[in-house]
Order: sequence, then structure tokens, then C-alpha cells
Amino acid sequence: MSEQAPGFQLQHGTGDVITLQLSGDWLQGQETADFTELRTELARTGASTLIADGATLGEWDSLLMAFLLQCHDFCSEEGIEFSTREMPESAQRLLAVATAVPPQKPAKEAPAPWFKSIHPVQILHDLIDDLRESLAFVGEITLAAARLVAGKANTRFTDFRTFVYQAGPDAFAIISLTSVLVGMILAYLGAVQLQQFGAEIYVADLVVIGMLREMGVLMTAVVMAGRTGAAYAAQLGTMQTNEEIDAIVTMGISPVEFLVMPRMLALVVVMPLLTIYADLLGMIGGGIVAGGMGITPLQYIKESQNAISLTHISVGLIKSVVFALLIAVAGCRSGINSGRSSAAVGQAATEAVVTAIVYLIIADAGINILFQQVGI
Amino acid sequence: MMADARTVHIEVSDLTMAYGTFVIQQDLSFNVYHGDIFVIMGGSGCGKSTLLKHMLGLLEPASGDILYSGQSFINASAAEREAMRRRWGITYQAGGLLSAMTLAENITLPLQLYTDYSERERDSIVAYKLALVGLAGYQDYYPSEISGGMRKRAALARAIALDPDILFFDEPSAGLDPISSRLLDELIVQLQESTGATVVMVTHELASIFDIATNSVYLDASTRTMIDYGDPRVLRDHSEQAVVRQFLSRSSATGQEDSP
Repeated sequence: MSEQAPGFQLQHGTGDVITLQLSGDWLQGQETADFTELRTELARTGASTLIADGATLGEWDSLLMAFLLQCHDFCSEEGIEFSTREMPESAQRLLAVATAVPPQKPAKEAPAPWFKSIHPVQILHDLIDDLRESLAFVGEITLAAARLVAGKANTRFTDFRTFVYQAGPDAFAIISLTSVLVGMILAYLGAVQLQQFGAEIYVADLVVIGMLREMGVLMTAVVMAGRTGAAYAAQLGTMQTNEEIDAIVTMGISPVEFLVMPRMLALVVVMPLLTIYADLLGMIGGGIVAGGMGITPLQYIKESQNAISLTHISVGLIKSVVFALLIAVAGCRSGINSGRSSAAVGQAATEAVVTAIVYLIIADAGINILFQQVGI
Repeated sequence: MMADARTVHIEVSDLTMAYGTFVIQQDLSFNVYHGDIFVIMGGSGCGKSTLLKHMLGLLEPASGDILYSGQSFINASAAEREAMRRRWGITYQAGGLLSAMTLAENITLPLQLYTDYSERERDSIVAYKLALVGLAGYQDYYPSEISGGMRKRAALARAIALDPDILFFDEPSAGLDPISSRLLDELIVQLQESTGATVVMVTHELASIFDIATNSVYLDASTRTMIDYGDPRVLRDHSEQAVVRQFLSRSSATGQEDSP
């Protein structure tokens, strides 16, 4: 059967009754007439009753129903009586279902234009709110830590072991790669300058001090922020979406004790170890570059030994613990405060990484200034 | 017992479902006829949802076949399966609406992918589908902004976007209050009657089963196969299997079903 293009015609009957003669096949893939044409036509004639007639109608699907619904809505707006008595029975029934619940006009506010959202007072307000929230979260963590020390916290140590494994051994490969390369970069940076004075041997000192005090721990922290911090935010965000966190709260368990503490402790335990590992590999990376400049491995090791001191190592380790806390706080806070949709979980993970890196840089600068002042 | 004059729409033949070597259900053979509201029932953990997932092609059977209108789905190529799936509408237990999209965008998605409607026609069809499920005017809402019952109905609107021949439901009334659940049942019946689609649903809501089902299959967890098949109202009173009578009359397993 060949398909006929769908269409309609308006026929004036007795009085101000108008018949809407529908014809052709109203099927997907057919070009249909625009409803706005009918609207203007009807408005012009000023009818009081509109009768939809399907006598010459061919096959039809949702396309026809969507059209009829528009007619129905238009007629009820204009106070025109709309009759579908002449339509196929199934179409009448579908329209009855579709119109059973009158269209809601729920108050859905249109989002304000973006430039309106930039309001200095509001931004300051948000910032203060954010800071207060952060402090409250840190406070909760402190309380949870106190309860943990007192042995009263609901912290599961099986979780802790899993998190240690995920944060530590699982991260070896990426930490190895970044550390070796950073060690080499440090060596190259120094080599260019030191060669001018014939002081290539001091590349070893530069790499040792640079890695131990600064680059080893900072690079590890950045990698962990992207790896573990984001993972924490995604895990907790998904738990928020699945109402798991609600369940934990209503069971009378503090989510900070149950979810945040094991993650944070795992990171605090693992970060110093990873930092030492990164330092070591960084020095090896520096050694490779030094070897290329004619320094023998023995010379490099001997000079490194002179440069290494417990102070330098401690500075790196202190930083690593601080950074671990910051990454865990940023990750867990974003996750717990996440919205309940897949988009919100993604946002939480992004937020976790961004805040963690900002925290890291600020803390690193602060610690360096502090140590400089005390002369460490 | 069955009105065999009707034509078979879905045929499940000798289906065995297993996770590895663990058999969940075996030797399942039953027919779903055109225009049926077919219920897959059984106790918790018997494999109802697993059966549905096999019928949808989300899981592969260990053996056996599922035929849609006489065409094998299990042996079909990926492209053929895609073509068959396009004739189906599916609502998942939690709705399965994409949370990053508004209701209108959710319903528009299949229309955009599989039809050549113009944007104007798409908008009018979205408005019609939302009106059908009683959500007219909710186009710009996100799934997270509406209630659970409304999400279920919105998911139904998306499932019927392409005028499917078969509608699949996984626990349509799970988590709904009795009134919403009843309204949803009525909606399913109305849609079925006016579109002539075949409905396959997994549920253990007795009220739903007796209100709307025209045919059903009972999966048993202990024997790991179907132990009865037919109109649930008939099974309740006349099933030869005590378990099925107990299930359908909500009596306990201690022989109460024999008391008058």
C-alpha cells in the first residue's frame, strides 16, 4: 500500500461548527502540516466547536496523537469545544489517557543569566560559607580521630587495609615514572648552570636537596590527588547517590568515622612511604643524567651522601603527612557533599582534585616560608 | 487453557540460564502471545530479573533460544538484534533515566537517534508522551527534581517514545505507594489496550498480578525451573503446585493453603 501524505482540511458546517478533516497516513517519516497554520486558521474563523473527523484517515501512529493533543490543548485554552467522536476508537482512548491529568504549569524557574551570578558580595558570602563548612568538616575529623584514639570509633580496619593497598602498591608504577623523570629534569636544570663553572659534581647535591625537600613529595602528592583523592570523591559521591550514606547515618554511625577515617589514615600511612620511594627513584634519575655528563656513579653516590641529611628527609616527610591529610580532606569532603546524580559525582571528583592541588601549593609555600624563618 | 488462536509474539524455548557453572533456571519454555500482559513471577532470588535480562539480550543464555515473532534473538547478528530492540520499550527498576538530561531530552534521545522527525514534531511528540503518563508540562525538569513515582512514569514515557510493539517492565511498582502503583498499573493497561502492544513484566506485587496480568509463568527457586504457567487468577485456585497457590494467596508454607 502506498503511503499518502498526511494533511487536514477545515470545513465549515452549520453554525460555527468546524470540521477538521484528517486525511492520509500519519506515520513517522511523513512531512506533516504545521500546527501553527491550523491555529491561525482557527483563530480567524472564530469557531465554537471543532470536530476532528478521521473518516479519510489512513494509518497513524504517535504523530497523529501528538497533533490531536495540540488541538485539544489549543481548544481548551481558547474555550472551543473539541470533539473526537468521529475518530478511530483507539485514538479517542489514547487522547483520553493523555488528557486525564490536566497539563501542569509547575513553577520551574529559568536559570539566571550567568553574568548575574557574578556578584562580589555573593561570592564573598559563598567563600565564607565554604570556609566554615571546611572547618566544620575538619572539626568532625578531629573529633573522630579523638574517638579513634580512645578506641570508641566505628572504623573498620578491613576497609583500612584495602585503602592502603589501593593508595600504595597500586600507585608504584605511576610514582616510579614521574619520580625518575622529575629527578632527570632537576639534574638537567642544574647541569646547564653548573657546567659553566665546572662544578658538575654539585648536580648530585641539587638533585638530593631538590627531591628530598620539595619535588619528591610534591609530585607524589599531585599524583595522589589525581589518583586517590578523585577516587575517594567518586566513591563517596556514588554512596551519596545510592543513599548509602543516609543508611549509615540512620544506623547511628558517623560517616566521618566509618568512611573518612579509614581513607585518611590509609593515605597518611602510605604517603611518607611513597615519598621516600619517590626520593630514591628521583636520585637515580638524576644519576642517569649525571652519568651522561661524565660523572661516575661512585662520585655521584659519594657526593649524594655528603648532601643527604636527616633534616632534609624530615622536611619531606613532614610535608608528606600534611599533604596526605589535605588530599584526603579535599576528596572526602567533595564526595560527602556531592549531589545525587551522575553529573554531580563527576563534579565532586573534579572539585576534589582542584581543591587538593590548590591546598597543596598553598601548604607547600606556607611550610617553606615557616622552615625558612626557623632556619631548617 | 490458553487461547491458542492468538499468535505467538515471544517464544522462549528450552532456555537455561547460568552464571558460569551455577544454573539459575533451566528448561524454560513458554509463549507470550500478541497483546498479552505477561507476568514473570516467583519468590526472591529465583531468577525473574535474570530471565528478563536474557530476554533483553543483556545476558547470554547457557543454552536454548528466544524467538521474537518467529525470529531467533539469540542467534541474531548484532545488527539484527539492534533492529529488534528498536521495537521494544524498556523501563528499568530504578527508571534508568539519564540524570544529566531533562525529561524532554531523555524522551527526545531515542526519537533523535532512530527517527527523522523534525524538531517541531519531536517536541510535539514529547509533549504527547509526557501527557500520556500524566506529566504534561514537566519537560524541563531533571529526574532528580521529581518524585520516585513520577520518575517511573517518565521512564515509561521514554520507553513508549518509539511506539514499541513490546513493553518490558522490571518491577514497575517497586518503591511506589499503593495508589501510585495502581495508577501505573492502570496506565499500563490503557496503553496496552490502545496501542495493542505486548507487555512483559517482572513483579511480585500480587495486586498488580491479579489486576492486569493475562498470562504468567512461575519460576521456582528450589527446583530451578518453571513450575507453572497460565492465567494467574486460574493458577491461584487451581494450580497443581502447592507453592504457586501459596504464593498467589499469600499463605505461609505450612499447609495453610489447604484450609477452606
